[in-house]
This record gives sequence, structure tokens and C-alpha cells, in this order.
Amino acid sequence: MMTLTDFRIPIGDWVDTGVEWLTDNAEWLFSAISDALGGLIDLLEAALLWPPPLVLVILLAAVALIVRNWRFGLFAGASFALVAMMGLWDDAMSTLALVLVASLAAVLIGLPLGILAARKDGFSAFVRPVLDFMQTMPSFVYLIPAIVFFGIGKVPGAVATLVFSMPPVVRLTELGLRQVDREVVEAGEAFGAAPRKILTSIQIPLALPTIMAGVNQTIMLALSMVVIAGIVGAGGLGAVVFRGVTRLNVGLGFEGGLSVVILAIFLDRITAAFGDRASRRTSH
Amino acid sequence: MNTLRAEGLYKIFGRRAPEALAMLREGHDREAVQQATDTVPAVIDASFEVQPGEIFVVMGLSGSGKSTLVRMLNRMHPATAGRVLIGDIDVTSLAPPELRALRAEKISMVFQHFGLFPHRTVLENAMWGLEVRKVPEAERRTRAAEALELVGLGGWGDSYPGELSGGMQQRVGLARAIATDADILLMDEAFSALDPLIRSEMQEQLVELQQNLHKTIIFITHDLNEAMFLGDRIAVMKDGRIVQIGTTEEILQDPANDYVEAFVQDVDRSRVLTASAVMEEPIATILRREGPKAALKRMRERQVSALYVVDPGRRLVGATLDDEVIEAIMGGEHHLENITHTDVPVVDPDTPLNELLMPSAQSRLPLAVVKDGKLLGVIPRVTLLAALGGVRRSNGTEVPQVDVPGDDDREEAGA
Repeated sequence: MMTLTDFRIPIGDWVDTGVEWLTDNAEWLFSAISDALGGLIDLLEAALLWPPPLVLVILLAAVALIVRNWRFGLFAGASFALVAMMGLWDDAMSTLALVLVASLAAVLIGLPLGILAARKDGFSAFVRPVLDFMQTMPSFVYLIPAIVFFGIGKVPGAVATLVFSMPPVVRLTELGLRQVDREVVEAGEAFGAAPRKILTSIQIPLALPTIMAGVNQTIMLALSMVVIAGIVGAGGLGAVVFRGVTRLNVGLGFEGGLSVVILAIFLDRITAAFGDRASRRTSH
Repeated sequence: MNTLRAEGLYKIFGRRAPEALAMLREGHDREAVQQATDTVPAVIDASFEVQPGEIFVVMGLSGSGKSTLVRMLNRMHPATAGRVLIGDIDVTSLAPPELRALRAEKISMVFQHFGLFPHRTVLENAMWGLEVRKVPEAERRTRAAEALELVGLGGWGDSYPGELSGGMQQRVGLARAIATDADILLMDEAFSALDPLIRSEMQEQLVELQQNLHKTIIFITHDLNEAMFLGDRIAVMKDGRIVQIGTTEEILQDPANDYVEAFVQDVDRSRVLTASAVMEEPIATILRREGPKAALKRMRERQVSALYVVDPGRRLVGATLDDEVIEAIMGGEHHLENITHTDVPVVDPDTPLNELLMPSAQSRLPLAVVKDGKLLGVIPRVTLLAALGGVRRSNGTEVPQVDVPGDDDREEAGA
């Protein structure tokens, strides 16, 4: 008797073959991506580490104060000072650099995809399951091809983060653009505006609050990936947490985790404030 | 300015539109075609012509295809078949850049829910059409500000649409449409979202504006009162077809079919019908020079107790009453002058019927309809009441044509 399990479909082998083919034939592409992403992360990290920590803490507190209010400014100053005083300043800045670069890349790729999805129903139908796949595939799995293509270090961490965090910005850009009142878009068309003009002058400004919510979600997801990225040698707070886990050092793990939370709160509140501003402008 | 012409327009939604078109052209009815081809025929064989400076109203219930029809005029909905012509430009065959230029320069639109840009100020909204056309910034501002001034929103330029009331928002929509100086204005249920009071205010303002602007206006509405108040001519649509095109009077007095007749039943005639639409030929008149005896004779012939006294060319002098005529004859008076009341109530031919009720109630004579001193016609009280009640004329559909020549036949009769 044959059973269903005897019919082994070697999907894994096929994926291996595909990945092998890519490493053989598209090496130039991966090294270009690697150079660009790696260079950018290093640059940002160096910039963040260049001033004495106290100066940057004050600067970040000032940003928080300007963008939101004095209470959040106070909170940001105190919590970043705490990160520095836990001895995790360098790691935190390294993580911040990686998260910002990965999120920026995710937004730069995701935004046009979202716009395209909003305009073409066919593309939208194609992209939706792909996004579902990207979000539900256990994020560890991304690390494997990332290591194969980019080796060990920050770049595979950033690439895995980018892939994992891109879906919200694509989805919410599409949603935001589709939610713009049909008659308002018609009003644009009725006066002879070209599609590009309607997109830039009407649709994107009106969808901005929703798009910003997507950007915010993307950054949050990117941050949630840092521990996983730490495992492949991306360093930063992820590596700290990972060390705490492997050595069963609760104290170290907690300090690393707390620093991630502080970064998360800071980035969330700042991007949310930009979203609020956009919606205040459109809800007039 | 150019004439806007629609020639055999069809709009059929659905993949099998060509099939449905062929069936409709063979004369199958809409229901059957819809069932057979799984399409929605929204506009079927619509043809009309709108003259420059005319307000052409397309009236129909929701689903009658009127909003689709108006969007075909600027090709926001491309036609399945047929042509739209503005002057000698065939809108239906323009390339996209030319179409955009046409929309920016010749034809603009006002929307039911205003379609304003909430993130732009009122002035920036009004500038939109000019911005699309890349008019220099300074000129844009002045022209948009002028348009806002024209609709009574001068000084509101820096506000945001969300800060304005519905009526004011639609004025912004109107300003945006007239700021481009387009000859043709498409108004899609432009006042339907407004409160009744604001709505009639806007209707009156539009009529007033139109007297200065002389745009060609295609106005879509489901409200027959609005249609009749605004429209120089009205096209009534039902199930995608235009069932009647005519003036307010033609449609009220002579509905093309039962549908239109049922529709016009509820019209507020007192607001849409004017004195000139219901007035009758003045038969109780007398030339001033004919004298009291002739007046008495005329009264007996016509069995009336009063006559309008006119000069040649039917210029109204006044009215004379039976008792005074008899007194005058007995007193040996030979002239009508002394017994002519010159203070008779007169009304303008454009006066709506609701403004005739008081004068009519207070007058012993049929109301005199006078323009430039000429007696065009009279409105007996019974005629006024019948018109308000929707009773058709006994002589069918004929609307009285009152020419006012110098050689009036009654003048000869009396001479």
C-alpha cells in the first residue's frame, strides 16, 4: 500500500536550487545591495556615535519636545540617559541605525508598491497574498537565505528586517489611497488634471494619515526583528538580549529588552505625531 | 461660445456591452437586454443640443442615467456609442492630452457632495483649475479671488472647506468651476445635498449669476421643482432614455406620456409657472377713442362688467366699469377718458403665479399682463386657479401666442 506520505514533494530542494542559482548568477546584485545597505548603516551608526552620548540624549529629548510636548521630552531624555547608564549606549545606537535604514528601505520600496496596488486591481490581487506570506512566514526563516546571500553581519539582519517589516506600509498606502473620496478625485479629473498631478496633489496628501500609520507599523515591526537580527551577527541590542538568553543571564536580558522598549516608545510616538499632524491638516 | 451637442449617446456598463448595444439598436427593451447580456444600459440613445447661454436641465429619478449622461459630456465616462460635440470638437475622439486641455479650459463641473479638497484652503480650491492649467501663481490668485467674490465668498479665501456650512461649501465648488472661465458648466445634483431653504437660495443665486455670466449650463436634478425653476429647457429621463425635452410650460401643459404626467402632478406650479404661461388673450378691451357707447355695446356682447381701455398698439390706458359707463352715457359724455381708471393693477409677464394671488384676489378685473406699456394678455381669476390646480386648458395644449402688432384685429373691429 502506498500512503500519501510516500509522495514526497521536494519543495525544499527546489528552494535550495533556486537560492543556489541566485548566489551563482546574481552575486553582483547582492554585493551591490550589501554595499549600499551596509554603507548606509555604518554611516548612520558612526554619526549617532560621534557626539558624546549626553549631547545626543539632549538632542533626542529636544526632538521629542518639539514634535510632541515637554512631558514626552522629559521622558525621552530620562529614558535615553538610562540606556547610556546601563552601558548599552553603543548597542542602542547600532540598533537604531539598523532599524532606521531598514525601515527607510522598506518605505522606499513599499510606498510605490502600495500606490501601484491602489491603482491596479490586478496588481493588488497579486500583492496581497505575497504580503500575507511575508508577514506570516516565521521571521527566522528569512535569516537563512539572508545569510546565504549576504553572509554574517548587519546586512542580512537589515534585509530580513526589511522583508518582514514592509507589508504594513504597502497595505496601508493602498488602503489610504483607495479611501480617498471618489468625488474628490473626480473633481481633480474634471478640471483636466493628469493622473500624476491627482496623485501628488490630492490622493497622497489626503491618504497621508493612513500612510503614516503604515510607516509607524513598519518601524515597530522592524524593531521587533532586532533580536532575531542579533542572532546573525547584526550586533546591537539584539546581540545583548541573545547573550542574556544563551548565558541564562536574566539581568543582562532585561537591560537589553528594556532598551529596545525605550527605542520603540520613542520611535512610535514620534512617527505617530507626524501622522496626527497629517490628519489634522486633512480633516479641516 | 459653442453649441453642445449629444448625438445618439449610449453608455452600457459590463463586458458584453457591444452585444447589448446591438440588441438595444434592434429595438429590444432595456430589461430584456439587461437580462440577456448581464450588462447595465445606463444611457440609451440620448440626443440633444444645448445652445450657448442656455440652462438645460436633465431631470430624472435615481437610476435614470442622468449622472452617467452628464459625465459623458466631459468623457469622465467614455461613451459606448454616439458622439459629443462642442462646437466642431468631437469630445468622444480626443486624445488624452487634448481631452485634459478641453476639461481645463472649456468645460467645468460642480458636484453633488461638492468634491472639495479638504486639505486646501477655499482660495486654493478655487485655484485648482488654473493650477492644472499652469497659469502663473499671481494671476491664479486674482482670478480665484474674483470667482469667490462673485459667489459671495469674498474674504473666506483662507478658511478651509470643513469650516464652512454646506451652502457655502457648494459656493466654493461653484467658484472653482467658474474661475477657469469655461463656457460650459456641468452641475451634477449640485444643490441636492443642501437644506431646502439654502437650496432655493442657491437656485436664485445661480439664476442671478447666469444673467451676468451667460454660461451654457447642464444641470442635473431629481427635483422637478428645481428643474422647472432653473431650466430654460428640461430633458426628462427614465430608465436611461430621454422621454421628453421641452420648456417648463411645454412639459407641464403637454406631458409626453403618463410617466411625465404623473411626475408633473406634484410640481409647485405657483413657483415655476409665470404669468405669461397662463395668460389669455384679452377679449374685453376697447380702444380709448371708441367712446362710452361702444364700450357699453362691447360689455353686452362679451357679457362682462368691465373693459380694459387701450390705445392703438394695445397700449394699456386703464379700465372702465359698467355702472360708470352707463352713467356717462346718460350724462351725455362722449369720451372714455373721464371714466377710465388708470390705477389698475398690472403684472409683469415673468411674475411667478404665487405672486399673482394677492393682486388677483383684490382686483375686480382679470389681471392685466403688461410689458413696456403693452397689454400682452389677461389672467382671469379662474384661469389662475385652474393653472395652480393643474387643470389642462379646454382647448388642449395650445399656449396662447399673443402677438402685439399695431394692427390688432379688435382695433379694426371697433373702428
